Amino acid sequence: MLRIGPVGFRIGSDWRAPIGALGDLYRDYPLPEDGIVDFNVRLFAARPWRRFVRPAVTIGGDYMLPDALPLPLAQGLLAAEMGMNLQMALAQRRYLLLHASVVERDGRGLLLSGVSGAGKSTLAALLMTRGWRLMGDEFALVDPATGLVHAFPRLISLKNQSVAVLQCAAGQARFGPLLAGTPKGDIRHLVPDATAIAAMDRPAVPALLLFPTFGPAEAVRAVGAAETFVRLTQASTNYVALGERGFATLRRLVQDVPVRAIDYADTDSGIALVERLWRELA
Amino acid sequence: MGARYRAPPPGHVLILSLDPLTAIYHRASGQTHVVAPPVPEMLALLVDPLTPGELLAALGERYDLPDGDVAALTARLDELAAIGLVTRDAI
Repeated sequence: MLRIGPVGFRIGSDWRAPIGALGDLYRDYPLPEDGIVDFNVRLFAARPWRRFVRPAVTIGGDYMLPDALPLPLAQGLLAAEMGMNLQMALAQRRYLLLHASVVERDGRGLLLSGVSGAGKSTLAALLMTRGWRLMGDEFALVDPATGLVHAFPRLISLKNQSVAVLQCAAGQARFGPLLAGTPKGDIRHLVPDATAIAAMDRPAVPALLLFPTFGPAEAVRAVGAAETFVRLTQASTNYVALGERGFATLRRLVQDVPVRAIDYADTDSGIALVERLWRELA
Repeated sequence: MGARYRAPPPGHVLILSLDPLTAIYHRASGQTHVVAPPVPEMLALLVDPLTPGELLAALGERYDLPDGDVAALTARLDELAAIGLVTRDAI
């Protein structure tokens, strides 16, 4: 069992190895309050012999995707992480969920929202090494009642080239094992720093929203209210399920938070650009 | 057969201006519609039930409508009725 921000998980497995890896990487995280979890994740063998023969980890739990392909046991840690994300994406109703990484400074939150590969995790992890508090690399949890963004600082999922970038920038940090050849390429998890874990119950006021794109030459573009609204509905896993609360939460974000779309060609200039926009706009 | 169209009563929809578009949350269906002008202007005028001809005249008084066409407006009103943003009353 463990708690990440406001969400408690129980993770069960037919094998010891994924639980061992999780227990090690999440060893500094608290237990769910009163031992009551929000979601169960279960990693299991779809057929009994798959526990032993070419072991394949099927991701299950309270909520399942019926056609999800199992992962090899060597990627059991990834399966556990995906299992936690899946429960959140399918069943989180307390918060509006946005696919975004979030970092915080002085009680104010910077949200980086984009598709996979846009650099959400990499930028957030690098900002963490530069004195920002990491609040999460995957989901921003926006409270419909207050408009505050809550932290969900699970392991940071670094993919392909960003693994080396962060090994260079955060040499002292703890990394999980290299998971080679996953559906998203080579993945290595980075443990959020002590500040991120210690302060994970402290929400932040959303102060700047950026839509990053990795690759093109550096550019900054204003984003209109209509584009922001539509992008955020697409970035949310539970906008429709939240109904009127989702609409009101997006209304507040669109009306209150400055927004820019940014292109960056390398991580150094990306970080410099983000910090410049923060000084100018937040 | 003709018909009058009317907008939902106050409180049945939530409206968010996203200049130049508008997001309309329809409480009864839980659906969000992002619409372009002149839909918000039409809904504002349809507080009182109007026929397409009356609505076109009212729009023409307030806005520049170079290609006003009752048949096209009726088609748009029927689309809005299908998603619940206006109600169609046969007359």
